[in-house]
Amino acid sequence: MPQTKDIHVDTITDAVARMCIEAACDLPQDVEDALKRALNDEDSDLGLYALNKVCENARMAREEGVPLCQDTGMVVVFCEIGADVRIIGGLLEDAVNRGVARGYTDGYLRKSTVVDPLFDRSNACDNTPAIVHVRFVEGDQIALTVLPKGAGSENMSALGMLKPAQGVDGVVRFVVDAVVRAGGNPCPPSVVGVGIGGNAEKALELSKEALRREIGSSHPDSRYAELERRILHELNATGIGPQGFGGTVTSLAVHIASYPTHIAMLPVGVTINCHAARHKKVVL
Amino acid sequence: MTSELSIATPLDRAVARSLRCGDIVRISGVVYTARDAAHARMIQSLHSSGELPFDIIDQVVYYAGPSPAKPGSVIGSCGPTTAGRMDAFTPDLIDAGLAGMIGKGPRSVEVMESMQKHGAVYFAAVGGAAALTSKSIVEAEVIAYEDLGPEAIRRLVVKDYPCVVAIDAQGTSIYETGPALYRAQSV
Repeated sequence: MPQTKDIHVDTITDAVARMCIEAACDLPQDVEDALKRALNDEDSDLGLYALNKVCENARMAREEGVPLCQDTGMVVVFCEIGADVRIIGGLLEDAVNRGVARGYTDGYLRKSTVVDPLFDRSNACDNTPAIVHVRFVEGDQIALTVLPKGAGSENMSALGMLKPAQGVDGVVRFVVDAVVRAGGNPCPPSVVGVGIGGNAEKALELSKEALRREIGSSHPDSRYAELERRILHELNATGIGPQGFGGTVTSLAVHIASYPTHIAMLPVGVTINCHAARHKKVVL
Repeated sequence: MTSELSIATPLDRAVARSLRCGDIVRISGVVYTARDAAHARMIQSLHSSGELPFDIIDQVVYYAGPSPAKPGSVIGSCGPTTAGRMDAFTPDLIDAGLAGMIGKGPRSVEVMESMQKHGAVYFAAVGGAAALTSKSIVEAEVIAYEDLGPEAIRRLVVKDYPCVVAIDAQGTSIYETGPALYRAQSV
């Protein structure tokens, strides 16, 4: 029998708190590099105006340790728990939420959650709860990915339950339509996560998961990699441009995640990330 | 690149009407932050008592909810939020005297018609460039609805706050004219 490794909940809390602050203030290098490339690819003056501001902002936020965007989001946390790990001292989800509360307080990040969506929209004052996804994997480690997601882009999410006969062209159309409908709202140039397959909730979860991938990476299946390139090309032909001001760079990347599905289904989930595509990962 | 125009608040209506979609501007003066919850309260107050928490004549509202200020800072990061969520409330505020708005993203037909009728302007700040734009905020004070936290109404004094005229008082919108210029023929 393999030996189990004990990981105390406080270790998880500390890691989440630290990552919340880092994610809010320190734009990942892959995103910053993509924005710099966009400066070369953008044709419109107003598009360049916006991109220059965005690049200057990333530098300033990192140097001064202040949030890139005032909307420091609702926090999505992906937890991959090794099967040989035993979490001690409390519950995983509580530990994550304590980390979020501490990170958002200590890091001077905006607390944006309300306690009830409909009947009591008073601020929870600590930005909890997080949205926690848990998966068990092999090994004796815990991998935590923190993805703070702002509402401007999250509000533009879309789910399509396509007919299987709509095929590849139908998927392309659905994603492009979702991005066109979103227009300038999700702060383009965006990173577009596309989940294909599963069922309704799985497709959207896949689309969020796809946003974790590094910009510049391709889907391991060449057919999907080609589809990513095709959708990106079509998005950049929409003319939406940075901030929706018009231009040739509407999206920085399209990331697809796929999953088997039912004979009668072709679910497509779309999650749009703003240009501040924040994410941090740690392995404990 | 177009040269940048300096404009002052409260907005002079003649200046407001002279601005054109796509103009790059720098705004100086007082602006008031208000977003979803503050708008709902303002409209309720306007309809029940005819009063608002500040004199709105010729003023500019900034759709924003800042992050907390670090010690020694005037304000935290403070960029624009999606303006479209305030569309339902905006025509009533323009009727009451509002002359300008700062936000991001397109507006409804109703808002654009109201802007044309009253000579109001909608400016777009660069969304997600909040660390940078906060540098243009020199004073910040909560003046109403403190219980709303980040959504409270703040009176900001801004200096050379960078924006683009997104929808002008003639009803021209950058969100229509901009993408139309760059849309590939096949799409």
